Amino acid sequence: MPVTFSLPTVLARLADGQATIQSTGATLGDVVAEIAGRFPRLAPRLRDETGGPYPFVTYYLNDEDIRFRNGFATPVSAGDEITVVAAIAGG
Amino acid sequence: MTNVLDLPSATLLPVDQPARRPPRPLPLVCKLCRTLHAALPSATCEECLGPLEPWYEADRALPDAATIARRPPSLWRYREWLPFDGEPVVSLDSGFTPLVEAPALARRLGVARAWVKNDAVSHPSLSFKDRVVASALNAALGLGLDTVGCASTGNLANAVAAQAARAGLPAWIFIPHDLELGKVVGTAVYNPRLVRVRGTYDDVNRLCSQVADRFGWGLVNINLRGYYGEGSKTMAFEIAEQLGWRLPTAVVAPMAGGSLLTKLEKGFREFGEAGLVRGPAPRLYGAQADGCAPIVRLVEAGGEQITPVVPRTIARSIAIGNPADGAFAARAIRETGGWAAGVSETALVDGIRLLAETTGIFTETAGGVTLAAALALAESGRFTPDDEVVLCITGNGLKTVEALGGVLPEAPTIDPRLREVEALHARDL
Repeated sequence: MPVTFSLPTVLARLADGQATIQSTGATLGDVVAEIAGRFPRLAPRLRDETGGPYPFVTYYLNDEDIRFRNGFATPVSAGDEITVVAAIAGG
Repeated sequence: MTNVLDLPSATLLPVDQPARRPPRPLPLVCKLCRTLHAALPSATCEECLGPLEPWYEADRALPDAATIARRPPSLWRYREWLPFDGEPVVSLDSGFTPLVEAPALARRLGVARAWVKNDAVSHPSLSFKDRVVASALNAALGLGLDTVGCASTGNLANAVAAQAARAGLPAWIFIPHDLELGKVVGTAVYNPRLVRVRGTYDDVNRLCSQVADRFGWGLVNINLRGYYGEGSKTMAFEIAEQLGWRLPTAVVAPMAGGSLLTKLEKGFREFGEAGLVRGPAPRLYGAQADGCAPIVRLVEAGGEQITPVVPRTIARSIAIGNPADGAFAARAIRETGGWAAGVSETALVDGIRLLAETTGIFTETAGGVTLAAALALAESGRFTPDDEVVLCITGNGLKTVEALGGVLPEAPTIDPRLREVEALHARDL
């Protein structure tokens, strides 16, 4: 079973309008790489030039900020939900 | 002294008129890539995902000091620096809180003079969040939104609930499930749709980003954030005006998401550019509780990227572990020559008590953090004897009475007999 990758509207328009994408991979980084390869316009808003998370998005794996896990090296399992949220919010 | 009944009617503030045509929100520009966007309910640049802020015409007509001084005492006396074309229609009476001189604190801090900017008495909801909500609700109406809301650590919930109720706008308000009772009651009484979320503020914030995207409501600190934040500048404008159109040398403010620090810097800078004040910008100092100090740690480390934390502090109103404006706040602090300090839980409670005992102002936990941090900064030599320091007190102590549980002296209970008072008095001698 694949993982589910959810995008906010501002990024979905770079993924042919898809707000929810199915993907696979052993780690979150693998999943992001697979999706970046499928949607080249979306790619620079998922990863920065070093391959790390783009600074103005926050990734959540099953509602947990991945910075409290192991970032892109965090393992993912079938059925996991990955949510991308624009980082500029709140306060 | 003037009898209050003799005051001219011009001192009365205008009444909200939500049925009137709302002002037109200004276009937005990305703070990073400078891409211009039409006015819209979004805080995120479509190009680079950077933060959006209002775009002001550089050559717009600006009032002079005398004109501003003749206007009613609300934050709208600075309307040319707020993000609208046209007159506001709601929340017309917020702002212009007292600036109170605090000589006893000046002595404790070892500085020439000290003042408290007292937003603990902000109208209508007793915190500086009244400023940002006043701006955001006018933006919501101007953008044609029919429902507002927020993600809140408490004070913002109070402000949105109160001001939305008065404006006749439905409000969805999301808070962490375990907020202080005063913050919960001070929201629920206005009868919004109040939702308690199991998790921290950062969990609430993430949920609200998704809610705004899904429902299209005007969540004031999410998709209306560009308009909302501008309201905080009025704290800087008021400080300058109330000091007699001049700037202090240093300002200490609490930091949660970091926006207030950045808007204080912007406000002082804009008044300087308008020729309303002269001289160097104040050094900005940020205050956080040690149990949630990601911006302090960034200032100390000198980097550009926030490392988020899980908040563990009784200073709930500033317990944001993943501050959206943290990097910008750290930059404002560095560029003005300021610094930041974290304080212990004990120190923040002592700060609440010291402020009350020396100024008569009862602040919530964030205010205790601010005063405690100011003392720590003074101790570490960050202030000079000729400094003129303003402490930004952003919320009222009645909202967080739990913080003082068990630390105040117990009041004796007596029978209504004079000899019992005489006995107490004799004990005090």
